[in-house]
Amino acid sequence: MLVGQNGQGKTNLVEAIGYVATLGSHRVATDAPLVRHGCPRAVVRTALVNEDRELTVELEIAPGKANRARVNRGPVPRPRDVLGILRTVLFAPEDLALVRGDPGERRAFMDALLVQRAPRYAGVRADYEKVLRQRNALLKSAGAARRGGRGGENDLSTLDVWDGHLAKHGAELLAARLDLVDDLAPLVAAAYAGVAPESRPAAIGYRSSLGEALPTGGERADVSAITEALLAALGEKRSQELERGVSLVGPHRDELDLVLGEAPAKGYASHGESWSYALALRLGAYELLRAEGTEPVLVLDDVFAELDRRRRQRLAEVAIAAEQVLVTAAVEEDVPGELAGTRFRVADGEVRRVE
Amino acid sequence: MYEGPVQDLIDELGRLPGVGPKSAQRIAFHLLAADPADVGRLQDALGRVKEGVVFCEICGNVSEQTQCRICRDLRRDATVVCVVEEPKDVLAVERTREFKGRYHVLGGALDPLAGIGPDQLRIRELMARIGAQDITEIILATDPNTEGEATATYLVRMLRDFPGLTVTRLASGLPMGGDLEFADELTLGRALSGRRTV
Ligand SMILES: [Zn+2]
Repeated sequence: MLVGQNGQGKTNLVEAIGYVATLGSHRVATDAPLVRHGCPRAVVRTALVNEDRELTVELEIAPGKANRARVNRGPVPRPRDVLGILRTVLFAPEDLALVRGDPGERRAFMDALLVQRAPRYAGVRADYEKVLRQRNALLKSAGAARRGGRGGENDLSTLDVWDGHLAKHGAELLAARLDLVDDLAPLVAAAYAGVAPESRPAAIGYRSSLGEALPTGGERADVSAITEALLAALGEKRSQELERGVSLVGPHRDELDLVLGEAPAKGYASHGESWSYALALRLGAYELLRAEGTEPVLVLDDVFAELDRRRRQRLAEVAIAAEQVLVTAAVEEDVPGELAGTRFRVADGEVRRVE
Repeated sequence: MYEGPVQDLIDELGRLPGVGPKSAQRIAFHLLAADPADVGRLQDALGRVKEGVVFCEICGNVSEQTQCRICRDLRRDATVVCVVEEPKDVLAVERTREFKGRYHVLGGALDPLAGIGPDQLRIRELMARIGAQDITEIILATDPNTEGEATATYLVRMLRDFPGLTVTRLASGLPMGGDLEFADELTLGRALSGRRTV
């Protein structure tokens, strides 16, 4: 447990741990704010135990340049190669945006969890986003050429190629998300019922931009059937896409539906219910990862102060069962007493053990 | 900011790929302190690079004459052509010593974000070459990244209709997302010998 006033560096510490697990911050979207003002780079060094093996992972974060990573002092080709060594589930006040924010927040939640589940999806997602940017650029120039009466055949002749690649990477990502939501849904429903037993039941579901055309049936999502469906949908939307200069179908347009009773949580859930939902999503993720390999480290960043007594109690119950929990709090009394463990005081960027 | 020519030099160096502001500054001050003869040689080399280097009229590789050394070399198999993005990729494939055919340098890859489509690449020249010469195999050795893969897919479509032509792609195993030039000789050599028909 890390205790200290706000602005002393508690979140900074758990953020660094989260970065080693996900190569991103839970607080900010870019790397620049992670580096002390005026410094060229930040370094995170961690000693970890993974499947009984002790490892050191070192990351150098240099905004505007390529980050560098080392495992046991040896450089690895890409920072992405450290994914999967440490797994974390981090719950923080920012998570309210999972329920109340834009669909992009929920897509990021799914994708980050996918990558923790199987690190190769970091590559799938990067490939998809690259193809998407290229295809959008092409749609814009081809659309402009067409409107200017210049035909744009040169551009259109390659659009089929980009369609094919978008469908291929998109289907891989989409299939993985469908399977993820399938596995996660019962865990989130159970976690929500535990956190807020008096509330209406929570149900999550995946909404694809393919709509009715999304292939269904079968135990697991069928990548090749989804590829075909995406290709067909891209064909149908082509002229609309050229007009607007953006790709209108694909996992980047999809949504994780959060339903409470009969209504969508966004806009209908009370403040307390939204908090419970955000917590249930994180707890569901925690249970999922836990069932599939190395115990994730549970990180609870400044959240106890935000929760009422019963939600605190419920969170404490889960946390006690976890192998390793890191808790940050401004006031020690906010944290349920049963979470007693090693205590550290954080003041002015320094961490001291409390005897 | 430094005054006059030093800052100009730092600015110019800083525009080179892989050179950050700090390195630019270091190189500039190194040159300032260097032996005039050394600087003279660098100056000459820079001066010659745009005037003295031409591109091979057959394959598009950098060359001293109208045709490059590989295209002039009669011992090299003219029926197999390895298609690469850049002249530096020719060097990478040459280093493997696995390949005895000829090359075709596209001058880049499909990259809509940079405004590069088929017309900006030497694709028409490739088609003309296949039509005119006795070529039986085209090896697509574009980079294993998004743009390189798209270019390969596009070329497969374009080359499908040439009778008697086999189109192959480097075997997987190359680090994805990378550049051909960064693959070590062994890996690239293996990818070359294990190429598959597409
Ligand atoms: Zn040549």
